[in-house]
Amino acid sequence: MLKSKTFVKKTRGGRVMKIVREHYLRDDIWCGSEACDQCRQESTVLQREACIESNLCSFSHYLVPDTNVVLHQIDVLEDPVICNVVILQTVLQEVRHRSAPVYKRLKDLIHEEERHFYTFTNEHHRETFIEREPGESANDRNDRAIRVAAKWYSEHLAKPDDPKLVLLTNDVANKQKAQEIEEYVKGLIANPELVDRLALSNDDKNDIASSRVLFPEHLPLSRIQAGIKSGSFLQGTFKASRDNYLEAKVFIQKDEEDGTEVLIQGLQHLNRAVHQDVVAVQLLPRSQWAAPSSVMLQDVGSAKDDTTTEEEEQEEDAVRDVDRKPTGKIVGIIKRNWRPFCGMLNISQIKESTRHLFTPADRCIPRIRIETRQASTLAGQRIMVAIDGWPKDSRYPNGHFVRTLGVAGEKETEEEVLLLEHDVPHQAFSQAVLSFLPKMPWSIKPEDIVGREDLRHLTVCSVDPPGCTDIDDALHCRELANGNFEVGVHIADVTHFIRPGNALDKEAANRGTTVYLCGKRIDMVPELLSSNLCSLRSNVDRLSFSSIWEMNQKAEVVKTRFTKSVINSKASLTYAEAQMRIDDTGKNDDITKSLRGLNKLAKILKKRRIEKGALTLSSLEVRFHMDSETHDPIELQTKELMETNSMVEEFMLLANISVAQKIYDEFAECALLRKHPAPPPSNYDILLKAAKSKDVLLRTDSAKALADSLEAANVDGFAYFNTLLRILATRCMMQAVYFCSGMDNDFHHYGLASPIYTHFTSPIRRYADIIVHRLLAVAIGADSTYPDLTDKHKQSALCTNLNYRHKMSQYAQRASVAFHTQLFFKSRGVLSEEGFVLFVRKNAIIVLIPKFGLEGTVFFDGKDKSGLNLVFDEEIPGVSVSATAGETQNKKPRLDS
Amino acid sequence: MSSFRCFVLCGNMAGLELLSDQGYRLDGRKASELRKVQARMGVFAQADGSAYLEQGNTKALAVVYGPHEMRGSRSRTLHDRAVINCQYSMATFSMSERKRRPHGDRKSTEMSLHLKQTFEAAVMTQLYPRSQIDIYVKILQSDGGNYSVCVNAATLAVIDAGIPMLDYVCASTVGFVDETPLADLCYAEESGGVSSLALALLPRGGQIALLQMDARLHQDNLEALMDAAMTACKGVSKVLDQVVRQHLQEASLATGD
Repeated sequence: MLKSKTFVKKTRGGRVMKIVREHYLRDDIWCGSEACDQCRQESTVLQREACIESNLCSFSHYLVPDTNVVLHQIDVLEDPVICNVVILQTVLQEVRHRSAPVYKRLKDLIHEEERHFYTFTNEHHRETFIEREPGESANDRNDRAIRVAAKWYSEHLAKPDDPKLVLLTNDVANKQKAQEIEEYVKGLIANPELVDRLALSNDDKNDIASSRVLFPEHLPLSRIQAGIKSGSFLQGTFKASRDNYLEAKVFIQKDEEDGTEVLIQGLQHLNRAVHQDVVAVQLLPRSQWAAPSSVMLQDVGSAKDDTTTEEEEQEEDAVRDVDRKPTGKIVGIIKRNWRPFCGMLNISQIKESTRHLFTPADRCIPRIRIETRQASTLAGQRIMVAIDGWPKDSRYPNGHFVRTLGVAGEKETEEEVLLLEHDVPHQAFSQAVLSFLPKMPWSIKPEDIVGREDLRHLTVCSVDPPGCTDIDDALHCRELANGNFEVGVHIADVTHFIRPGNALDKEAANRGTTVYLCGKRIDMVPELLSSNLCSLRSNVDRLSFSSIWEMNQKAEVVKTRFTKSVINSKASLTYAEAQMRIDDTGKNDDITKSLRGLNKLAKILKKRRIEKGALTLSSLEVRFHMDSETHDPIELQTKELMETNSMVEEFMLLANISVAQKIYDEFAECALLRKHPAPPPSNYDILLKAAKSKDVLLRTDSAKALADSLEAANVDGFAYFNTLLRILATRCMMQAVYFCSGMDNDFHHYGLASPIYTHFTSPIRRYADIIVHRLLAVAIGADSTYPDLTDKHKQSALCTNLNYRHKMSQYAQRASVAFHTQLFFKSRGVLSEEGFVLFVRKNAIIVLIPKFGLEGTVFFDGKDKSGLNLVFDEEIPGVSVSATAGETQNKKPRLDS
Repeated sequence: MSSFRCFVLCGNMAGLELLSDQGYRLDGRKASELRKVQARMGVFAQADGSAYLEQGNTKALAVVYGPHEMRGSRSRTLHDRAVINCQYSMATFSMSERKRRPHGDRKSTEMSLHLKQTFEAAVMTQLYPRSQIDIYVKILQSDGGNYSVCVNAATLAVIDAGIPMLDYVCASTVGFVDETPLADLCYAEESGGVSSLALALLPRGGQIALLQMDARLHQDNLEALMDAAMTACKGVSKVLDQVVRQHLQEASLATGD
């Protein structure tokens, strides 16, 4: 083992420091090839017969991509055809510095065994390490390191029948010795579609000279940093508007305030920012501030660049000063947040053209120009496209084709699109994950019962929506000798099966939540657990985690205790069945008595909660969670709310609050809690405006005031008005989020008016509950702790993931409902239904049809009939035409306001 | 503004991967490998004992005076054993930024105290009642693991002075990254947010002379970390033993015995 030193100079905080690090060179780094007999390696990664059928390289060979090839052509590398690849450490480190997403994808590739990707630690190998020469740039040095390593490999594997090395590069200097990726991929036999995946390289220099510049240049990062420091620029996240492609908002995060918004209008000012990018904004002078436009604009321009002038006339009518918002322009992009986008291809009018526009399914994303030779096969398909770049002379960003998902409009394809667009992990569970499942047939063994309370004698029952197979809660209630009630909430003991740190646990933590689509469920844990072993089905013994209270007649909690237990549910009821039992005075069995007791207590609890200021809001999505289980929607059901719904809900809330308090008492630093911040007053603007249109005054200074005034807001002859207000109020709310108690000090749950809250009651479908179960188990001494559980930073990172997954699953649910609604209408033709106007825009109104829970845009000028590109938009006019007919009298008041 | 700085900072944090998937650390070592240890004894003639020790880029000089009678305040005299007096200091040029005050700051005082505790556990002080042993250690160049390097250097110096000890005292700093204990941390690793632990061990009997950790670590991981630290200390003790034997050989040649 030889040792040498490298000297590195580094600046930090403006100062120049000399940093000396040791650099050990080793003799024991092996080449990883099966064909090699010199290296004393225990296992090999690269195969002896490394065959990728190729015109250019007909011999057995390994690929060595350089950094730029990995960064730009990761889509190609991800294709299963490409295997036996040597990833040099130099490349890995450079990729790590330059792009986190690509780095992650590359690492995933390396971990896939059947792909034979080998990481060669060339920087620490005695023969492949090189020192930076005087005058050599870091990049040049790395390029040279890659060449030296490739050369070492080819000398190392020098026997005539050994595989050869092929260095893949796009770099001019590297080219003499190497293959260009483009040529290489084109030489691959039987893979014509791979060519399309090649990202466009930037060497189309001749194009630039000929066309005019459409966008201002982005400032270099150094100037942006200086500008942000001096306060002349602001940093924020770019959020494109869904309704108007010429308008966007930038959310500025500052540490003292919660954040402000800056409005951006016009193509020039938007300056090539894409939804979710981190950007630098310069504020315009106050005189140029504008109000958010009330026009709905969809980008329908053709593939040519000359359509930019079309709708750009800014209506400079008298905007009231109060409406003016801080307005700015984008001066630079700090970090792109591009991902592959799903959508449809718009075939170019010119037949021979290979350049086409791609319309993403997400309306916040601009259209993307891609180059493909298989446009005719891709027409009518849902495809995935990645953005490569957005030059300043191009109206649209340039991208490349990634893969095709299937025929548009088919259920499987659309579901796939939906899941991909919302980043829902939906692959089948891997063998590694399944190996941690208990062996079937499974039964409760004596050692499982150790430390558990035997509650099998209690009359426990579960109440759920019809068709529910993952039952995670069950209840019981009995009268005690002293006149008090004993109420128990029993939750499936998922943590008994999912042990911390194993593959099953990691997979569940990554998925975060079960996603319910119409007629489909994407499970968080394998079905064996979710629908069988953990599901608290009736008449079988199940392990559970119980929260048991003693309550007096006034539903005040006298005593709380938590215990791991064994239960045997006596009945699995639906809400309707439970309701019938309660109402049927003839029935007097134990289950019914228990239900009546629960119902009585729940009513008191609910009343008390509402007195404290808990909000009851309304949203139409809820009705569709319980959409029919058939594969094609036949009828849309309205979800009826019964007493039993709120009965179960009340006790779940009570359990969650009790557990939250307990785990916070025990783990002040690392309890996983859930909070719901109070919305900023400005959020209520749309609600107040809507209420004013009917001369109703709402008070929004506190949750209680809002709840009370919503209760009182009734208009004669317009019974639905109250529900409409509640729907609007829901949209004013902030997102409830999970957080780690050690990282925050505001715990309040606004919607439930509770000072502390968490999720405990659905561990089968939410990962947060699993963590809470583990915390609670440690708190009562029923289970042992483990390192990550009490690490607040790790837990905080977990919360971020859970919040993200949770949000995405909600969006996916909504999108799924919307898609099924459209399927439903496909077979109906034109219907006439009553609708209500939610918002008024200058050239359109947004209409809500309560019967279908459908919200659509109605354009006044009828432009929507001609130019829409998305397949499903065809359905919207059908709905909207009938809607405009049915609701004129409701439209007026809002138009006046 | 600060959010931007945070962004940049996160960028920096991402720049350091302390342990790669292939199992190599920043400087190319594997998790359990020590840095290269080089040492010399008897570097100064005036002192009773002295030693110079390098552990990678961390370099320390240790000097021992005594045992001699108490100097300064006699009230500190112990009637059954010797008093050990330690002083730790860092050269002003030992780090990438020039240090203003070579000793006497809080960190140095703490370090002096730790050294004193360590050597009180190892030196057979009961042989020298009513006397004093002075151990001075100076860090010439600092690259992580200062405490352990000082202990190792001072051990050699004490041996050079001919003061009897129960055993070599060997120290090592270990840290915990990605569920793996890393032996003998360098500066980049120490400052990279690793929970680190310093252990001084009497390797033959396996007694712990000093154990110090001021980071958060889950108790389940403590055992693994302690095991790694002990293995590292035993590795150091082998090197020290070699150095001592070599030194004795040279010395006996020089005196002609």
